[in-house]
Amino acid sequence: MRTKAVNEVTMAFLSRSCNESFIRSAAACFAAQMDPTLNELEDIKTAVSEAVTNAIVHGYPDTVGQVVVKLRIWPDNVLELTVRDHGRGIPDVEKARQPMFTTGGEERSGMGFTIMESFMDRVTVRSSLGRGTTVAMRKRLTPRLKTVK
Amino acid sequence: MEIQTKTVDRNLLLELSGELDHQGARSALRELELAVDAALPHHLVLDLGGVTFMDSSGIALILRAQQRMRLLDGGLLVRNVPAQARRVLDAAGISRLVTIK
Repeated sequence: MRTKAVNEVTMAFLSRSCNESFIRSAAACFAAQMDPTLNELEDIKTAVSEAVTNAIVHGYPDTVGQVVVKLRIWPDNVLELTVRDHGRGIPDVEKARQPMFTTGGEERSGMGFTIMESFMDRVTVRSSLGRGTTVAMRKRLTPRLKTVK
Repeated sequence: MEIQTKTVDRNLLLELSGELDHQGARSALRELELAVDAALPHHLVLDLGGVTFMDSSGIALILRAQQRMRLLDGGLLVRNVPAQARRVLDAAGISRLVTIK
């Protein structure tokens, strides 16, 4: 039998950059039930921000489309974040993941994937030209001692 | 994103506050370009003391500031970096490229 997620939430929104702040706050609020440390919470917010910005800037460069963020809590205190767009797709994922590589002009640093990889335990990217990109990230949060009741 | 600009003797200080994400960095980038063009400073200080969140968009802003100051043969200092922004800069290895205090 497949393991079921302990909890999950899905958020769908338009690829407008004014939604970035709301989505990372919502992700942090959802993750708060795992009793994360402040650093872990900031790592999650930053990783979400990078993936959502990529979807907005690179998935839909000339148009507005839908971005779907799914957050799932797995047993053993693992948080999974999935950011999916149905946009342009990435021609060369390996190249896109290289530090300082960007097609986004001077507004972008090309460090988004480096940050995601540094702040999360595992980052996988699936992309198909003209069909979109899915970035899935996992992080195991430090289990904290529960107060004895 | 709010930016306070102060110029004293060709020293330009930009104090940033708010969220330095993709949206915030866009307006900050415009302000930076305008302020540098107006002041043509010898030294530029980016003060991040009021930044409540920063992602790699902030790195793009810092690298652009450095590029502008190199063209002017001037210096750049990034100071008062909050802990979260510092971790983003460290993960990207930016402290090897830019002076951070």
